[in-house]
Amino acid sequence: MTTIQRKKANPVAHLTPEDIEQIGIELDAIRDEVMGSRGENDAAYIRRVIAWQRGLELGSRGVLLFSLFPPAWLVGTAGLTVAKILENMEIGHNIMHGQWDWMRDPKIHSTKWEWDHASPAEQWKHSHNELHHTYTNVVGRDNDLGYGIMRVDEDQKWHPMHLGQPLWNFVNACLFEYGIAAYDLELGKNLATKERRRDPKFRAGLRKVRNKIGKQVLKDYVVHPALSGPSFLHTIAANATANVIRNLWSHSVIMCGHFPNGVETFEKTSIEGETRGEWYLRQMLGSANISGSRAMHLMTGNLSHQIEHHLFPDMPSNRYKEIAPRIQDLFQRYGLSYTSGPLPKQVASAWYKVIRLSLPNRGEAAVRRPVEKKAPAVSTRWRRVQPATPAAELAGTP
Amino acid sequence: MAVIRTVRTGAWRVVELITTPVVPADYLDVIAPLRNARVLRAKIDAVRPETETSVTLVLRPGRGWVRHEPGQYVRVGVDVDGVRQWRSYSITSAPERRDGRFTITVNAVPDGLVSTHLVRRAKRGMIVHLDVPTGEFLLDRPRPAKALFVTAGSGITPVMGMLRSALHELSDVVVVHSAGTREAVVFGSELRALAAEGRIRLIERHTRTDGRLKPADLDELVPDLFERRTWACGPNEMLDDLETHWADAEAGHLLRTERFRPTLISSAGGGTVTFSQSGTVVETDGSEPLLDSGEAAGVLMPSGCRMGICFSCVLPLREGAVRDLRDGQLTVAEPGDNIPIQTCISAAAGPCKIDL
Repeated sequence: MTTIQRKKANPVAHLTPEDIEQIGIELDAIRDEVMGSRGENDAAYIRRVIAWQRGLELGSRGVLLFSLFPPAWLVGTAGLTVAKILENMEIGHNIMHGQWDWMRDPKIHSTKWEWDHASPAEQWKHSHNELHHTYTNVVGRDNDLGYGIMRVDEDQKWHPMHLGQPLWNFVNACLFEYGIAAYDLELGKNLATKERRRDPKFRAGLRKVRNKIGKQVLKDYVVHPALSGPSFLHTIAANATANVIRNLWSHSVIMCGHFPNGVETFEKTSIEGETRGEWYLRQMLGSANISGSRAMHLMTGNLSHQIEHHLFPDMPSNRYKEIAPRIQDLFQRYGLSYTSGPLPKQVASAWYKVIRLSLPNRGEAAVRRPVEKKAPAVSTRWRRVQPATPAAELAGTP
Repeated sequence: MAVIRTVRTGAWRVVELITTPVVPADYLDVIAPLRNARVLRAKIDAVRPETETSVTLVLRPGRGWVRHEPGQYVRVGVDVDGVRQWRSYSITSAPERRDGRFTITVNAVPDGLVSTHLVRRAKRGMIVHLDVPTGEFLLDRPRPAKALFVTAGSGITPVMGMLRSALHELSDVVVVHSAGTREAVVFGSELRALAAEGRIRLIERHTRTDGRLKPADLDELVPDLFERRTWACGPNEMLDDLETHWADAEAGHLLRTERFRPTLISSAGGGTVTFSQSGTVVETDGSEPLLDSGEAAGVLMPSGCRMGICFSCVLPLREGAVRDLRDGQLTVAEPGDNIPIQTCISAAAGPCKIDL
């Protein structure tokens, strides 16, 4: 793809600034409706998923104490894989997004949660919630576009190093949690110069990652195998398998979010002075969904509703499904394309892009148009066109 | 000993590694929620109706509870419609109970989110969250020769706790209690029984028929008013009146009051924001995010997306009210609360205190 600002056929050319703000108003209304109706059932949902996940993890690890026996190995590994996927996707990712902060339960809160992953929660929240979700698909601002090691957009400069990117991508997929930890540390940038390497902030981050990885490795590759005694090596193999499958799965889901065909990217200068409506529009165009069953939604942490998630990152994940038809209707009314497809198709589409862009662009000059530069301006993404109507209801006094 | 300690900490580290990234207590919580000493909880052992709008809850506290002093209150955290809400309730039982249980008595007030929930839905077996008991509304030692309690409505609750635990140490007690009707008197039968036994002199005032009690009425009802140590608990107007009356008689030192301070909410928005750690105080209007107000005043505020999605700017609101600038939703914190709020999309809705 090429950034939307350089494309010959601009998919949003038909929208007036008023249209764009109107989209924002409609989306805010949907948001308020759902956020205002959060309650007991939603709280019960996340507590149920957590309890279920913990039961599954404990049970699977219990079975793996006897991993010497092939059936136990298979059942335990399968269970642990599912438990680890649930823990990362539906539970960890979403809690750290603040989707459940409204419950005011300090145990299930974005500021307190730590996950079964190489990257410490604090660093991941910065690079993911703050950078990726605010600057989604802005070339040069959103490092999730290729994670700094790949070229996934025509407008990213080609370098001979990119010839190997199908291989990097596969290696990254297998070791995804470590890739994310390195990415959250901005390892490439921070190792580049002596000065950056010595920066105390970087060193403190590095120490935290080292501690986190140390604990994770001890747990999966020393303590649990040791507990299983004669099954020591089998348990190591089981835990490694669960970790790798979890890595491959989350990598695939995440590639489907922003890399498949039909997803748009944006010029750095295009977001100067961005309004709330413009931000919403960018999220709509910059994300892609995965169609599938309820189990698929659960196992992807509802990132199968990537579009809905990017519009409302702090909305409880169990509610995306109910708003999806309304979001789709909004896309249709404003003549925008809602990118969605089954997992194999979206994964293939993303991989195709990784392979194609490992080579330099061909004849793109003809389709490109010059970019209109916007002057630097303060963005007002938080400000609604229609100011909030103060709710009469108080949070309650006894 | 040192060896045992080393082995124990070592073993505990291994257990922690088994459950990392969560702590072992998170698993324990599922089967034994009262065993966790870091998170104080209680189980409701019984629910006893008192009046039409009030119930007494018998609570069995878990590890970490400390014995209360008569007259103290406890903050109770209850999940109402999925949201944990904390409210203070006076302890109405004597602290000497062998089984470690204690009681609170909840009166459902109109529009009271938590009190209505508890009166309607509290059930045996339910788990609630707790803080340790606190409060300065206490009986003196040595006990006074003559005591007076002036209460109204649910203001009787801390006094009931005092009477139940220390009445045998008091020889001359007068209780002046106001309630809408005779039936609405919480602990009515118990108080009347004490009066019939001659252990207290009880003066009931039913405001629906007799009108509100005025401080001047007390001069007639209790002739030796200013010879008594007095404890008063009830609506703020009543306490204000009493304090004036006692001050006029230069007897202010004989009166102790317990009051609930409602959080001030300004309908226009805005208010004085205090950043308690840095000591910075800022005047804000109701349209500016707290993040901007804080930064403008030179407070080092954590920040991120500045549009309410990344939760990097979250800080605890300790007191006061803030309004979400997107949907107008109010968040109210009472003293003792610790509610994390997103400063980039919240504006002051009255005086508030932020922990930074």
